[in-house]
Amino acid sequence: MSAVQATGSTGSTGRRPAAKPPRRSPFAWLREHVVLILGILVLAYTFVPIAVVVLMSFNEPISEQSKIYEFNGFTLDNWLNPCEDPSMCSALGRSIEIGLLATLLATLLGTLAAFALVRHQFKGRSTSNLLIFMPMAAPEIVLGSSLLAMFVAAGLAGQLGFWTIFIAHVMFCLSFVVVTVRARLAGMDDALEQAAMDLYATPAQTFWKITFPLVFPGILGAAMLSFSLSFDDFIVTNLNSGNTTTFPMYVWGVSRRSVPMQINVVGTVMIVISLAIVLIGQSRARRQAA
Amino acid sequence: MAETVRRRGRTGYLLIIPGALWLLVFFAFPFYSLIATSLYDPTGSDFRGYQMTYAFGNYVDVVEAYWQPLLRSLLYGAIATFFCLVLGYVLAYAIAFKSGRYKTLMLVLVIAPFLTSFLVRTLSWKLLLADDGFIVNTLQLLQVLGDDGRLLATPFAVVAGLTYNFLPFMVLPLFASLDKMDYRLIEASRDLYGNPVVSFFKVTWPLSLPGVVSGTLLTFIPAVGDFINAELLGNTNTRMIGNVVQSLFTDANDYPAAGALSVILMTMILAMVLVYVRRAGTEELL
Amino acid sequence: MSQAADKQAVERTGGSTTLGKDDHTTYDGLRLRALTKSFATFTAVDDLDLDVPRGSFFALLGPSGCGKTTTLRMVAGLETPTSGTILLAGDDITATKPYQRPVNTVFQSYALFPHLDIFENVAFGLRRRKQKNVESEVKEMLDLVELGPQARKRPAQLSGGQQQRVALARALINKPEVLLLDEPLGALDLKLRRSMQIELKRIQTEVGLTFIHVTHDQEEAMTMADTVAVMNKGVIEQMGAPADLYENPRSTFVANFLGQSNLIDGTVVGRSGDVVTMDMHGTPVSVPAGRSHTASERGWIGIRPEKVLIGAPGEALDAPGNTIPGGIVTDVSFFGVSTQYLVRMPWGQELQVFQQNTGRVTIFRKGDAVELSWRPEYAFLLDHAQDASAGADKVGADG
Repeated sequence: MSAVQATGSTGSTGRRPAAKPPRRSPFAWLREHVVLILGILVLAYTFVPIAVVVLMSFNEPISEQSKIYEFNGFTLDNWLNPCEDPSMCSALGRSIEIGLLATLLATLLGTLAAFALVRHQFKGRSTSNLLIFMPMAAPEIVLGSSLLAMFVAAGLAGQLGFWTIFIAHVMFCLSFVVVTVRARLAGMDDALEQAAMDLYATPAQTFWKITFPLVFPGILGAAMLSFSLSFDDFIVTNLNSGNTTTFPMYVWGVSRRSVPMQINVVGTVMIVISLAIVLIGQSRARRQAA
Repeated sequence: MAETVRRRGRTGYLLIIPGALWLLVFFAFPFYSLIATSLYDPTGSDFRGYQMTYAFGNYVDVVEAYWQPLLRSLLYGAIATFFCLVLGYVLAYAIAFKSGRYKTLMLVLVIAPFLTSFLVRTLSWKLLLADDGFIVNTLQLLQVLGDDGRLLATPFAVVAGLTYNFLPFMVLPLFASLDKMDYRLIEASRDLYGNPVVSFFKVTWPLSLPGVVSGTLLTFIPAVGDFINAELLGNTNTRMIGNVVQSLFTDANDYPAAGALSVILMTMILAMVLVYVRRAGTEELL
Repeated sequence: MSQAADKQAVERTGGSTTLGKDDHTTYDGLRLRALTKSFATFTAVDDLDLDVPRGSFFALLGPSGCGKTTTLRMVAGLETPTSGTILLAGDDITATKPYQRPVNTVFQSYALFPHLDIFENVAFGLRRRKQKNVESEVKEMLDLVELGPQARKRPAQLSGGQQQRVALARALINKPEVLLLDEPLGALDLKLRRSMQIELKRIQTEVGLTFIHVTHDQEEAMTMADTVAVMNKGVIEQMGAPADLYENPRSTFVANFLGQSNLIDGTVVGRSGDVVTMDMHGTPVSVPAGRSHTASERGWIGIRPEKVLIGAPGEALDAPGNTIPGGIVTDVSFFGVSTQYLVRMPWGQELQVFQQNTGRVTIFRKGDAVELSWRPEYAFLLDHAQDASAGADKVGADG
């Protein structure tokens, strides 16, 4: 039956050019590109708040009394004095510090675990897989409150701060690192390492000349993901921070009062840096492939 | 490709143990602590300490007290997930099949807005939806909103914020499964069924189901637990379960209640995920 | 396959060279003795004995899963044998690591290092062994495989045929005692494959190294190799020069796997001197004793389709000896250079006949009555205990 329909429809397409004038109506063009246009509209929608962030980074400060968050005039002051509120910059510094440290440890532990899972057979493999999957499936509020419950039970309620945040961040970044590196490692052809061994490379040489350089982009990607997860985290951090303030917590705090426009400077810088990293990575990848 | 040979021996343990131990101590054990906390004597406090009395009554108490935010969270999460699915599918489909040589660029642009701070970009929605803002004024002009109608501090604003913030979690898995699909299949079905709508529901949609399942899960789970959108864009009547847990822990110091609520949330999500995944028939996801 | 046949196969291979403990140290080629590799559920290579003379182009031919790749990987050191020994130029290398062996492999997937350019891929082995003159040697090798201008490109930028040549150069440059090629042309299309076959043969002659070429393509094995070993189910069925294997197969597997054969049931009537006389469904036929590979009373009389002559009943065919009347043409395929017939014989079997289109022959039509005939010296006799269809499923083996 489908064959009959197929011939039928092929026949009608064959006849169509003769029946219709060669110039196509704008309506036909629209119909052909409707999905792309809708897609671009969705994409544009995701950029609306970003435009606001960039715009507000050039906004005159909002007075203490005014509760309305709106644009009142152009200025470069926010960019020239990013640390007008020193507590914002110290929160920012702390976020970067925690982000770097947590990324370092999570990337290290996660990469080792990924190698274990892809390359080695050991008891508890599937349990380990579950243990790695679960933190990604749990809502942040549950991760955060669990950790807090344990810290409190351990009598550490008074010790909450930099190191408890660090512990929490390593915990939730770890799974993402494992998943990213594991995918890269599993996608690698085993024959490459065998070829290296066949070409007189010792196991250590094989690892450093072949395996590591090939997995490295995955590790780098995992580290960048880790940093952005850590840097941006609010929910888990807020529960386990004690009196320590990170950048997202600072924003949370000021959002209830008056918002210093410098946070938009930080937001703009973040997106510029990340875009630059992604685009440079893309163009390098393209140059290597071309 | 040669079949992966997994080596036996000590090295595997040495490699997995540091990471596994970290997750065991700082993820699995804390979850046990959370359950224990939820069963403490509710009359305890930070100063006097808590006693384990297996107070299962805590669960009844918190459900009685907080069933509204609990249901609201699931509802908001589900609605936001639905909107994400609609918007995300259009975007993912356009990138996968219609973007031509701009595919990578469009993918980068999908992620780009979300590389800036979650809180900062949510605050800009606050500005966009503000009472005297451009959007509200336009809608009032068009008589969609009444003269004193507003968007900020309404459930609409919260759901819109959730939809916006979790969109990439939907787009990326959808794109991954659409991109793997052979576009000739869609062309073949156009040829066989003629109608694009029919061929979408008969061919494209079923083939993209794995992406739909993982996308909806990746969106729904964090959306249900989120309270940043509810706090910044909502009002006291849009409080979600995350707000409650957070304030019970940090403001009220009512650990048993907060613990019980967290456990309930986690259990509900796990149950829903299991049912959903089984229904969708993609158990290999887990 | 039966155990008896296994044993026979081993004896046959063993028989091709003189076996002796003393000459292990003097033999300068590759020598495998009682090599066995068992996996959890099956035995991939079963008690294999094999001698590969130095400087030869040796092909290991067999269907997929016959154990040829496992044998190759054991020689390379990428698999550890369950038992047995591997001797190379007199040294026992059974237990040495892959990077300690003077053996290099051209992998089926090429396994070119994607992050290194062509030059560095080829230089890899030299650099690991801290050789001098890397620069000039690599240049020379790249010229040999005609890839000089591509030296600074990445593997992904090359075509399949070029990648294949890089893989070859990367292995060759180390001047290994033995070069192993694991289905090296499998990923290329037919045309490229034929030209690479000639290329490989040229390079082997030029460098004079021992090549062991694993393939499931019988044409490839026969056109390239000096010696072909046909492998099946972990053992070597038969080994020899390509023409010997084709003309005088010793088992039904070889008869079917290498080209095509008509195998006809027959009973031995008498053995006298150098001729075995058979009764083939009532027709007396003879087979030279040197081409008889069974001692029992029944056997498969084998004849290659292109050796069979076809003619109208009573027509004088140029074949004194075996003439079988009573055939009916059931199928005709015209190939241009030849015509292929299926002829149903009085006992119900359909025989294949390939006829050269010399221009003088009559082309028969379906339903025509014909007579078949062949010269007795082309026939061979195989053990009746073997499966007459063994190895015939070549299409499956290719996939």
